[in-house]
Amino acid sequence: MAQISQDNRGLRLVVRYSVLCLIAAIFSFPLIFMVVSSLKPSEQLLADAHSFRALLPVGDISLNNYFDAFKRAPVALFVFNSVLVTGVTVIASLALCSVAAFAFTFVNWKGRDLALTVILATLIVPFETIAIPLLLEASKLPWIGLDGITWGWLNSYRVQIVPFIADGLTIYLFVQYFKDLPAELIEAARVEGASWFAIYRRIVMPLSGPVLATAAILKFLAMYNQYLWPIMVTQEEQYRPVMVGLQYFFQLNRAWGEIMAYLSLITVPVLAFYLYLQKAFIASIASTGVKG
Amino acid sequence: MAGPAIALILVFVIAPFFLAVGFSFTNQRLVSPNPAEFIGLSNYRQLLGVGVLHLDPLTDAAGAVVLDEQGQPKLSELRKITRKNPDYPQFDGMREWFSWSSGEGRTYVLARDVVFMTAILNTFIFVLVVAPLQGGLALGLALLINQRLRGINVFRAIYFMPVVVSIVVVSLLWSFIYNQNEGILNNILSAISFGAIPRIDWLGNPSTALGAIIFMSVWQAVGFHMVIWLSGLQTISPTLYEAGAIEGASKWQTFRYITWPGLRNTAVLVLVVITMQAFGLFSQIDVMTKGGPLDSTQTIVFQAIQRGYGKQDISAGSAISVILFVIVLSVSLIQRYLTREKA
Repeated sequence: MAQISQDNRGLRLVVRYSVLCLIAAIFSFPLIFMVVSSLKPSEQLLADAHSFRALLPVGDISLNNYFDAFKRAPVALFVFNSVLVTGVTVIASLALCSVAAFAFTFVNWKGRDLALTVILATLIVPFETIAIPLLLEASKLPWIGLDGITWGWLNSYRVQIVPFIADGLTIYLFVQYFKDLPAELIEAARVEGASWFAIYRRIVMPLSGPVLATAAILKFLAMYNQYLWPIMVTQEEQYRPVMVGLQYFFQLNRAWGEIMAYLSLITVPVLAFYLYLQKAFIASIASTGVKG
Repeated sequence: MAGPAIALILVFVIAPFFLAVGFSFTNQRLVSPNPAEFIGLSNYRQLLGVGVLHLDPLTDAAGAVVLDEQGQPKLSELRKITRKNPDYPQFDGMREWFSWSSGEGRTYVLARDVVFMTAILNTFIFVLVVAPLQGGLALGLALLINQRLRGINVFRAIYFMPVVVSIVVVSLLWSFIYNQNEGILNNILSAISFGAIPRIDWLGNPSTALGAIIFMSVWQAVGFHMVIWLSGLQTISPTLYEAGAIEGASKWQTFRYITWPGLRNTAVLVLVVITMQAFGLFSQIDVMTKGGPLDSTQTIVFQAIQRGYGKQDISAGSAISVILFVIVLSVSLIQRYLTREKA
C-alpha cells in the first residue's frame, strides 16, 4: 500500500510540473522567438518558423539585423530620449508625490481631506478620455526658457514629462504606506522642534524603501511603455521615444529580421531588469491590490 | 508641501477633463484661423443619432405588391429617404447600420455615424469577453502558483513576463505570429492537422481579427491580475484551511466556502481594473489593424484619436472622450452595485 501511494504522489508531481511547464511555454515562446529571430537573416527566419528551429539560435547567426536597424532609424537617439524622459519623470514623480503624500498623512491643513478625495477620484478617469483635450491644452501652454516666453509644448521633452509627474496612483501608494508608519515617531520629532521638511527627509524617507521601489517600478513601466501620448506630441524625430520609433519599421514588405532586432533591443533590457528584480516587480503590482 | 503635486494634477488631469466636456459643445479644432463656436449638442447628435425605419413593399395601382427581378418584394430606395427628404427630416444624413425582414417589408436601424456605432459595439464585445476570460484565467493561474512546490517562483516569474513588455512590442510580434503565409500560428495548426486546417489570415479577416486581438491582449495582461489574485489568496488565514481539512471538505468545497469568500474584495478590484483597462483599447488596434478589416476592430478610443488627432477635430474627439467616460463610470457603478456587500 505504502509503495502505491508513493508512486501516486510521484505521478501527481509529474502531472503538476507538466501543466506548469506547458503554460510556461505559452508565455515564453513568443519572447524567445523574438530574441532568437533577431539573430537570423530574414529568409532563414521565415524558413525556420516551420519547425522548432524557430526557438533555437542555429544556422546563420549574426548581429547584422541590429546594424541594419540602426541604419534604418536613429535608434540611439530614440533610446536616449526614452531613457531621459522615463528617468526624469520617475525621479520627479517620487519626489513630488512622496512630499504630497507626507502632507496628506501627517500635516493638518485646511482643505486637506477634500484635496485628497479629489486626487483619489482622478483614479477613475482613464488617460484615454483626457488625451485629446490635453493635446490642445499642451499646444497652447506657455514656457519660460532661455529665449523668453514661448507658447506651445508640442515637440519637446517637457510635454512628455511634466503631465505625468504627479498622479493619483503614486500619491495613493505613498499615503497607504505612510499611514502604517508609527505616528509617535513623528510626534516626538515635532515636540523636539524639528521642521516638517526635516521630518520628511530624516525620518520618513529612510523608512520608505519598499514604497519607493514600488512607485518607481510602476512609473517606470508606465512611462517607458507609453505610446498613445508620444505619437501625438512628437511629430519631430528629435524627441521621439523608442515605442514611436517602431513606426519606422511598419512598411508593406516587412523586414522581419530587423523588426525582431529592434523589438529585442528595446525589450530585453527591461526583461533583464525585471528578471533581476522580479520579487520587487511582483510585490509592487501586488501592493496596488491590497486594500483595494 | 502638497502644492506642486496638486497644481500639476489640476492642470494636467482635472482641467483637461473639464475641457473635454466644454470642447464637446463647440466646433474646436487643433489649428484653426477662426475662434471656436458653441454648437450645443450637435457633436453628440452627429455621433449618437440613431433611428428605426420600417419600409413596406411598394404596391402598384391595383394594390398588388411589386416584385423585383429576384422575385422579392420591392422596397422604396433607402437613399431617397435619408437624402434631404422633407418628409423625414429626422433621418437626414443617416445610413443603414443593420436591418432585418419583417412581414413583407424590412426594418432598418439607421445611424448617423455607423462607424462610431460599430466602434461602441466592438469595444463592448472586447470588454465583455476580456473581463471574465482574463479574470478567470488569472485566478486559475494564481491557484496553480499558490501551491507549495519546489521552483514555483520560477513559474510565477515566467507567467508574469509579458506584463513588463510593452503592448506595442507585443502587438508587432504577434502580427508576425498571426501572419497568413509566414505566421507561426498557421504553421503550427497545419502541422498538427497534417495540412487539413487552411491558412487563415487572422488579422485580415473580419470574423477573426477582433478575436485574435482579444487572445493576444489576454496573453499579455493575465500575469498582472494573477499577481493581484495571489496577494488576495495570501490574506486568507491558513487556520481556515486547516479547519476545512479536519471537517473533510472536498477540494471544490474548500474553494467554494473558504477561498472564494476570502477573495471577495480582490474579485471586485480585478473586475473593475480589467474593465477600465479594456475600455481603453487602442495600441493593439493602431499597430495591428488600424480599425480594419471592414471596421471589425474599430474601437471608441481609436475613433477618438483618429478624429481628435488624425483629423484635428478636437471637438468630436472630446465628445467621444466624454461618451467613453460616461460609459466607464456607469459600468463601474453598476459593477459596484452588483458586487456590493449584501446585508
